[in-house]
Amino acid sequence: MIEAQGLTKHYGEVTAVDGLSFEVRPGLVTGFLGPNGSGKSTTMRMVMGLDRPSAGSVTVDGRRYGDLPWPLREVGALLEAKAIHPGRSAYNHLWCLAQTNGIPRTRVDEVLDLVGLQAVARKRVGTFSLGMGQRLGIAAALLGDPGVLLFDEPINGLDPEGIRWVRTLLRGLAAEGRTVFVSSHLMSEMALTADHLVVIGRGHLIADLSVEEFIAQSSRRFVRVRSPQAAALTSVLEQAGGAVTAEPDGALTVTGLDPAAIGEAAAASGTVLHELSPQAASLEEAFMELTHDSVEYRGDVTGGGHFAGNGPAFPGADRGPGAGPDTPATAPDQLSTTPR
Amino acid sequence: MTAATTATPTHASTAIGPVPSGHYSPAGVLRSEWTKLRSVRSTVWSLLALAVGTIGLGALFTAVAANRWSTFSRVEQLAFDPTSRSLRGIFLAQLAIGVLGILVVTNEYSTGMIRSTLAAVPNRPLVLAAKAAVFGVVALMVSEVVTFVAFFVGQALLTSPAPHATLGQAGVLRAVVGSGLYLAVLGLFALGIGSLIRHTAGAISTFVGTLLILPLLVQAFPTSVQNSLDKYLPLSIAQSMITVQGAVQKASHDFAPWTGLVVLAIYAAVLLVAAGILFVRRDA
Repeated sequence: MIEAQGLTKHYGEVTAVDGLSFEVRPGLVTGFLGPNGSGKSTTMRMVMGLDRPSAGSVTVDGRRYGDLPWPLREVGALLEAKAIHPGRSAYNHLWCLAQTNGIPRTRVDEVLDLVGLQAVARKRVGTFSLGMGQRLGIAAALLGDPGVLLFDEPINGLDPEGIRWVRTLLRGLAAEGRTVFVSSHLMSEMALTADHLVVIGRGHLIADLSVEEFIAQSSRRFVRVRSPQAAALTSVLEQAGGAVTAEPDGALTVTGLDPAAIGEAAAASGTVLHELSPQAASLEEAFMELTHDSVEYRGDVTGGGHFAGNGPAFPGADRGPGAGPDTPATAPDQLSTTPR
Repeated sequence: MTAATTATPTHASTAIGPVPSGHYSPAGVLRSEWTKLRSVRSTVWSLLALAVGTIGLGALFTAVAANRWSTFSRVEQLAFDPTSRSLRGIFLAQLAIGVLGILVVTNEYSTGMIRSTLAAVPNRPLVLAAKAAVFGVVALMVSEVVTFVAFFVGQALLTSPAPHATLGQAGVLRAVVGSGLYLAVLGLFALGIGSLIRHTAGAISTFVGTLLILPLLVQAFPTSVQNSLDKYLPLSIAQSMITVQGAVQKASHDFAPWTGLVVLAIYAAVLLVAAGILFVRRDA
């Protein structure tokens, strides 16, 4: 259990974290989400007693980090991929940490096995890839078999197989009753891994809710319909109770009716359908919408201003004038035409 | 807390056992710092440089003196101090031990290792004390061995007619033991600088500046002022320590050898205490 109350951190004039209060409960994976520069890492450093809060407090199992009698046996942390001396071997890195908390040598071998680094245990860490360094950091976090675990961007630098491994590991740790707190700036990843979300932007708490709630709240569902008789279909669907918007590419966006109802209404009126596909706003987009006002560093992107960082970098690739902030992305772009 | 007895433990906690009573201990932190010190190559290289510099230069200086003894003037011969000549390599060794003392701390900051260290041991004064203790003991043991070897090698090379010293002569054992102590204390002084500055390049520049540039600046003062300032400089303290035939030399204004060492130890202690206070206050 991690409890933050009014946690605040100023660096000179800059306020990195501003009055943050939240709880991270055991038995769940809690995702800590926010855009770059929103204060996630600072918050985690304050949990670990590395940075001193300007105001407020944060405790782990009811105690300040500095008061824990055996820190590594109670809290494990992956704070940065490379909080490791590159000239030291993986084994010695773990062993020098283990010695401080009375952790036996056998456990060092165990965690090296667990993260799959046994074969390179005696190699200097400087020769490791980013992913291997990340695995070593995870090994260090697990060293003391702690009940509380913090991971700052654990999937950075991992390949798809490594990402899946981390996901399974985090879920497994939470299933064992541990408190697992994972920061990420990738909503899609957290949707797969986390049970609960703490979302911050510019150091403020934006949301503290379960993943289900987040998905239910933020994904507006709609159906995309294409028809050679768009005008006729529009009036049919509006009579059936749907709200219809015409898209520039000729498609119709329908809300208020599910695909079955639309199909039946079209059939009853003898209208031809070329496409009938249910759509949902992607979680990534919902997340960006949520944190939209609190993004600290935003690239200036032509057109759809939401897609800072991973949006189209050249205007030609933009999605046309209609692709404004309110246009949901087509999540799994299924091209389904009606069978008749 | 660790309700970790499910069927598929992803963490496989067979060997670690339950959280023991009590608290992490200074003994564990000392062992950890020893592991850290011996497991990086900068330690080996610095100590090797210290040994080769001290012993090699001592051998060179004494061999040249023995070889050229007949060309020495009478005054030169009277002033010849065989002990000092064989220990003079410590002036180079100072840099090696200082750089190592600095790296012991600044390496942790440049690599981010300090965060792992403080996550394991949140008691910061304990971390700094353990670092200083482990480094100090290693530096002292290596320096003592090296200065003794340098002394014996040097005296063996000082063949007749050049005079050589023995440990039984007045002041000789003090010079040899004291030179090793000087290096160890200077190393702690450097470790203090490293802890205050936290950046390798800045700390090494400051250390070298204090050691080598400050004496040049002091020379800008009139002689009377120079004489009262000079003795506080590490180099003067080193000179006083390795010198046996002090009466013949310029050393009259310097501190007595042990007094000088105490002065240097005070510098180191002040720096380390200041570093400890800042360490607790600053973000890691």
